[in-house]
Amino acid sequence: MIPRPFEYHAPRSLSEALSLLNEHGETAKLLAGGHSLLPMMKLRFAEPGHLIDLGKLPELKGIREVGNEIRIGAMTTENELIWSTVLQEKCPLLVEGARQISDPQVRYRGTIGGDISHGDPGNDHPALMIALDASFVLAGEHGERVVPADGFFLGTYMTQLEAGEIMTGIRIPVPAPGSGYCYAKLKRKTGDFATAATAVTLRLQGGNVSDVRIALTNVGQTALRATDAEQSLLGKPLDEAAIDAAARLAMGICEPAEDLRGDIEYKTAMAGEMTRRALRTSLTRARQ
Amino acid sequence: MSKKVMVSFKLNGTQTDVVVEPRELLIHTLREKCLHTGPHIGCETSHCGACTVDVNGMSVKSCTFLTVQADEAELLTVEGLAKGGELHALQEGFMQEHGLQCGFCTPGMLTRAYRLLQENPSPSEEEIRYWMAGNLCRCTGYQNIVKAVQYAAAKLRGEAVQTSHPLMAEASAH
Repeated sequence: MIPRPFEYHAPRSLSEALSLLNEHGETAKLLAGGHSLLPMMKLRFAEPGHLIDLGKLPELKGIREVGNEIRIGAMTTENELIWSTVLQEKCPLLVEGARQISDPQVRYRGTIGGDISHGDPGNDHPALMIALDASFVLAGEHGERVVPADGFFLGTYMTQLEAGEIMTGIRIPVPAPGSGYCYAKLKRKTGDFATAATAVTLRLQGGNVSDVRIALTNVGQTALRATDAEQSLLGKPLDEAAIDAAARLAMGICEPAEDLRGDIEYKTAMAGEMTRRALRTSLTRARQ
Repeated sequence: MSKKVMVSFKLNGTQTDVVVEPRELLIHTLREKCLHTGPHIGCETSHCGACTVDVNGMSVKSCTFLTVQADEAELLTVEGLAKGGELHALQEGFMQEHGLQCGFCTPGMLTRAYRLLQENPSPSEEEIRYWMAGNLCRCTGYQNIVKAVQYAAAKLRGEAVQTSHPLMAEASAH
């Protein structure tokens, strides 16, 4: 319950935050919503000497549509995602996903950028971001770079985010009108991390799948993109046989960790079942 | 020990200054420095919601929030719900509908329900259950908490309220 002592910093600009991060190096941690970091500090799994609070940087908040992109500030909270009319209209998968993350209190604080940067395979945004073909804006003292979600997640709690960098925003191509989507999440209770979950976006043309992305939550060291499953569906009608074949291909890439949510066999089977359900629901939501 | 800092916030309308270590959690400041012991601690993993308070119009688990983050904030705890000795509709609803037993989750339940009804004055039963999911209760089985929130919602909308408790309903009929 009691974290180790640390120095607290509340920078008022991104450049100030970046210079604090560089000044204090590995002893510093960025504080966003604090709903992964503070719990780890309270259990003394993490013991940073400096916390740099990003809560006073308004430029890291907000949801805007710019051209063909939705741009979301990294410090935008889960609750703000849920109530965003832009997302409700243009990117309902993200709203559906956010509604299944944790609980109301946590969603008032937890941010999309923090959920992604944490790199926990149990978090939901990594797979959602892969399914949405998102990119992340990473700012350092020498400028910013934009990195695709697919490939960003390197291992458990490890991402391409480098020391001295701050994720400032998320960019999502506006899904084409009529795109099907679903986030199917199996969990023991409201607020729990997934036993297994699948995010799907797809488009249909002439009755056949013209575009599909499938990503899996909490069944590997990172969120996983099920590329073989995607390939198996392209150019074909999304019938039950195709859905089942794709689910089996998705199960083939699962390497879940055995824990209180279940063993490897169970989680792998559930990843397959969530994939079937996400594909079926996406089909019912898709228009030609 | 890191350097202590002064933090100023409004607590139930009263300007309050505290001196804390950066690592101090808001729940400890409220309970130990401000002597507002209504918010409780039921876990150390941010699940139970017994510590829920209102921070700048948001329901926040004060066990997962540093007091230094509350600088310049407006805080509302269960102690701030009643006005001039009159119970808030939610407090009355929890009493009338038997929405508590041991009372340990109740302050967090009340402050969470307070924000819920600000955002959605007419929630369905399903909405109440979904939007109260961050608050655990060991005693009630939640049924009467749902009724208590519905009672308060009706009263806040200016509608006539009547307890659903059979004995009370019978008594008021005589």
